Formats: sequence, C-alpha cells, structure tokens
Amino acid sequence: MSHEHARRRGASRRQPVRQIMALGRGTLDMIDALGRAGLFLMLSCLGIPSREGIRLWLRQMHFVGVMSLAIVLVSGLFIGMVLALQGYTILVDFGAEDALGQMVALSLLRELAPVVSALLFAGRAGSALTAEIGLMKATEQLTSMEMIGVDPLRRVIAPRLWAGFVSLPLLTIGFSVVGIWGGYLVGVEWLGVFEGSYWSNMQGSVGFVADIGNGLIKSLVFAMVVTWIAVFQGYDLIPTSEGISRATTRTVVYSSLAILGLDFVLTAMMFGEIG
Amino acid sequence: MKRSKMMEFGVGLFMLAGILGLVFLGLRVSGLGSGVGGDTFTLNANFANIGGLKVRSKVTVSGVEVGQVTGIELDPKWYDARVTMAIDSKLEGQLPRDSTAAILTAGLLGEQYVGLSLGGAPDTLKDGDTIRDTQQALVLEELIQQFVSNMVKN
Repeated sequence: MSHEHARRRGASRRQPVRQIMALGRGTLDMIDALGRAGLFLMLSCLGIPSREGIRLWLRQMHFVGVMSLAIVLVSGLFIGMVLALQGYTILVDFGAEDALGQMVALSLLRELAPVVSALLFAGRAGSALTAEIGLMKATEQLTSMEMIGVDPLRRVIAPRLWAGFVSLPLLTIGFSVVGIWGGYLVGVEWLGVFEGSYWSNMQGSVGFVADIGNGLIKSLVFAMVVTWIAVFQGYDLIPTSEGISRATTRTVVYSSLAILGLDFVLTAMMFGEIG
Repeated sequence: MKRSKMMEFGVGLFMLAGILGLVFLGLRVSGLGSGVGGDTFTLNANFANIGGLKVRSKVTVSGVEVGQVTGIELDPKWYDARVTMAIDSKLEGQLPRDSTAAILTAGLLGEQYVGLSLGGAPDTLKDGDTIRDTQQALVLEELIQQFVSNMVKN
C-alpha cells in the first residue's frame, strides 16, 4: 500500500517536466511541418511543365475552377443583391442613394469578392483536393508512382497547385462582376436608383489599380495559401480513414483562418495608413 | 478523347470569361476608357480655391460632360490653384474667349466638377489658353462662418 503511494507521488512530481516536454515536442513538430510544407511547395512548383503536365493542369483547372464556378457566381449574385438592399435602406436616410453603386463596387472589389470566393473555394475545392490526395496516399498510389519512377510531386501535386493559383483569381473576378450586376438589379431595377448615377458614381470612385488590382493581389495570395494548405494536408496526413477526415477538416479550418487573418494584414498594407 | 475535348473547351471558356470579366471591371466599373475618348485639347484655369476637386473630375458645359481634369498644381506666381483640363477637340475654336469656369458640387455632398459657362465674345479659346474669369469652390465651413459672423454683427 505504502509502495503504491510512493509511486503515485513520484508520478505527480514528474508531471510538470512532462508538460514542458510536450510543449517542446509540439513546437519541434510544428517547425518540422512548416519546413516540410515549404520544401514541398518549392519542389512541386519549380521546374518546366511538360506537355503531359499541361494536360494534367487543364484537367485540374476543370475540376477546381470550372466546377466551382456555379457556387461562386450564385453567391456573388446574392451578396451583391443584399449589399444593394442593405446599403439603400441606410443611404436613403441621408438622401445619398446615388452613392449606391460606389458602395456596392468598392465593398465587393476590395473585401467581399476576394474573401468570400476564397472561403467558398476552400470549402468546395480545397477539401476535395485534400481528400483526393489523402485517399491516393492511403491506397498507396503515391508510393507506387515513386516505385515506377514517376515523381508524385510533379505528376499529382504540381498540376493541382497551379490550377488553384490560376482559378481563384478568375473566380474572384466573376464574383465581382456578378455581384455588381446583382446590385444593379436590386438598386436600379427594383428600388429605382437612377441608372446613370449608379454607374458614374462607381466609375468616379473605383480606381483600376488601387481597387481592382489590389483585390486581385489579395485573391492571388489567398489562392496560394488555400491551395498550399489543402494539397499539403492531403500529402502529409496519416493514411487511415480517420486521418483523411481529420486532414479534410483541418484544411477548411486552417484555410479559413489564414484567409481572414491575411485579409486584415493585406488590407492594412494596401488601404490602411500603415506601411 | 471526346470527354477531354469537352473539358479543354470548358477550361478555355472559363479563362475567357475571367478575362472578359476583368475587361468589364476595367471599362464599366473603374471607368478606364470612359469620359471623353479620342482627341482633346488643353485649357487651363486658375482658381482661388479648388475645394474637393480631383484629377479625373469631369468638366461640363450646361451639365454635359465634355472633358476631364488632367492636372492640379499650385501656381507659384499667384499662389492659387492651376487646373489643367482636357476638353473634347470638337469644341476647339467653339468656346468664346470670355467663357467662365466655376467649381460646382453635384448634390449637397456630392463630388465636385468644373462647369464652363459660355460667354459671347467673337474670339475663341484655343489649345493651351487660360480661362481668366473663374469662380472658386463653395466651401461649406467658410459659408457657415460668414453666416455666423453676420448674425453676431446684427
């Protein structure tokens, strides 16, 4: 009995040491994963694509870009319509409903189109990429490719990464265009804002480089981050069914957090007074 | 093979739609090519105060847009604002020399623009000429200040 007691006391004395060890292990794991992810990105993206590579890229463009078009455009339409409706009810109190076009266009181009498209893209395409690559790893397709002398980074990962980089900015442009049109539908056709002032106020206040260009830079950054996270989570997961489900969840969670956090940083750099 | 052709076509359409969207944003939303296209001629005008006038603000005659402001700088000789405007070349040799320029506001709080009012002189303004008779921008604060000081005097 007393022996048991002494053993338990010893274990509780070692507890803080163990916690510090766990913290250290966690930190080392994190740095290790970051290093692996960076190396992984570099190895996949560098190199000249072959003819076959371009064909694979086209295939992924279809899956990642074209298939996401419907959800992005429909969301864009509704967001533009809601913006116009909400904006109108506030602006009309000040007799400034002519500024509706300006409000809709600026909020879409600067914030909503890049961020919401990227969030939808992470949910629609990012999770699918993770699950697909994860299943390839679980069924040892990636290992077999290595065995027959095909580099899975070049054949499987690179086309997906490049497809993500190209398609999200294009989707963002589509989102803005449809959103502005949705704002036009509600504001001009339904609520009766004068059509000329809707467009001219917009043209007077939107700058091509300052607003459209910066919005595109944002969406390019989001595209890189989201696709990178999605593909790396798929490539790096534990090849079990539970591992795949966890990695898919992680993709969506990490991507969303990264998008929102980076959005603040980018906005502060582009439109804020900082820097 | 057929499926892959369809896919290529779909991706091609997607890229094309993206580029067209960018063109739409450029032309229609940011108004890159809007305003007065084609040939223009330059007019200058000195204002005592330009208020909120900006480069790319519009220039109108009777409310119709005929050009835009291309430059605003401080005239070091008179210490007033020298505004350079690009006007549609169709009006070159049509505007009388004694035309006046005023900085007007669209609505109560709207953007500011230059309004030209035509005079009746037989001579006309040519490229690079300066409009002499100008009316500065209405600054709300100054107006209120005048009003308040008048009230105090009475």
